[in-house]
Amino acid sequence: MRLPRPRGDLSAQLIDALASGTPETPALAAGGIGDPSTDDVQLALWILYEQHYRGFEDVDPSLEWSPDLLRLRRTLETPFEAWICDLTATTVKEATEEGDDVVAQLEHLTRDQSGALARHLHREATAEQYRDFLVQRSIYHLKESDPHAWALPRLDGPAKVALAELQYDEYGDGVSARLHSRLFADALEGAGLDPSYGAYVDRASAPTLVANNAMSLFGLHRRLRGAAMGHLAAFEMTSSLPCRRYVQGAERLGLDERVVRYFDEHVEADAVHEQLAARAICGSMVEAEPDLHDDVLLGAAACLVLEGLAGDRLLEEWR
Amino acid sequence: MSARRTQAVVVPGGPLLLRGADVVLDEDGEQHEVGRPVVALCACGLSQRKPWCDGTHKLAQGPES
Ligand code: FES
Ligand SMILES: [Fe+2]
Ligand SMILES: [Fe+2]
Repeated sequence: MRLPRPRGDLSAQLIDALASGTPETPALAAGGIGDPSTDDVQLALWILYEQHYRGFEDVDPSLEWSPDLLRLRRTLETPFEAWICDLTATTVKEATEEGDDVVAQLEHLTRDQSGALARHLHREATAEQYRDFLVQRSIYHLKESDPHAWALPRLDGPAKVALAELQYDEYGDGVSARLHSRLFADALEGAGLDPSYGAYVDRASAPTLVANNAMSLFGLHRRLRGAAMGHLAAFEMTSSLPCRRYVQGAERLGLDERVVRYFDEHVEADAVHEQLAARAICGSMVEAEPDLHDDVLLGAAACLVLEGLAGDRLLEEWR
Repeated sequence: MSARRTQAVVVPGGPLLLRGADVVLDEDGEQHEVGRPVVALCACGLSQRKPWCDGTHKLAQGPES
């Protein structure tokens, strides 16, 4: 992947700095960033995070650990994390009112499975809209499960075993053709889209970048491992039923069977994963480290609220 | 190395998690190969893709169903 196109002053400066290999550009984020959820800030943060995944062909790989870029990342992350906490406060509070069992709280948070996006894709979307949806989803699914993998070395005991078991399935059960990211690339190809990693970053909406950056924020900070696993649980717990609608929508539109296959696999896989994530991962983790309980709820709420916003953006665009 | 252990876990209100199985026979005796380390077998009877759980049990319980 090559560096994306800038969306404002901050991302333009960052992209220039990365391309020229001179990250000490003094103007970067001087004087605060304002709203952390804008296209410009979110793209800058997404680029900084991407350095820790596959990176960019046109960037010197040693810049992954540039102190100036890490300082910039921190400058963007701190207000972003506070913004997520604000946005999810009522959802988290609602969960805490459901007793103190983390599994029951997660079940309560994810009980509404009536998502408008899934209903639209099921019954009404055009093929063009379905492709828009795949394009937005590609930002995550082409690195599916990678943001949650950061938590593995930070857990121990039953929670670690359960995360490894869940991810073994995400990562293809020993068969590279079954890697979930690969199944998604196949689906993109089947839909006539570009399956290459990062192909659609320039088309990713700000809410899509927000949802992805939240996963990286949780994943890359050991401190936030509870949130990373709460996010995973909420993601898995709200997947099987919508995926069934995505399957039916793809069939209704006569889309390529590779599109159907990706979502079909997730109806079944995520019915397993949701049990592992809620009980075996979050349940055991909170038992071992009770201090992480609140962060699990934060991560779960962030997943639900932010994925909801990304879906709403698509629905707005189609209106 | 010992062979992997087979284990079944009952999820209250949800599926039966089966770990370490190679094949599942459904109610018609049809064989289903197991491709993942753990599978969820529908225990509520409502799944549209038996023998596997497809999450439908949640609709039967949820307030928003
Ligand atoms: S137990 Fe999940 S659908 Fe029946
Ligand atoms: Fe997956
Ligand atoms: Fe999954």
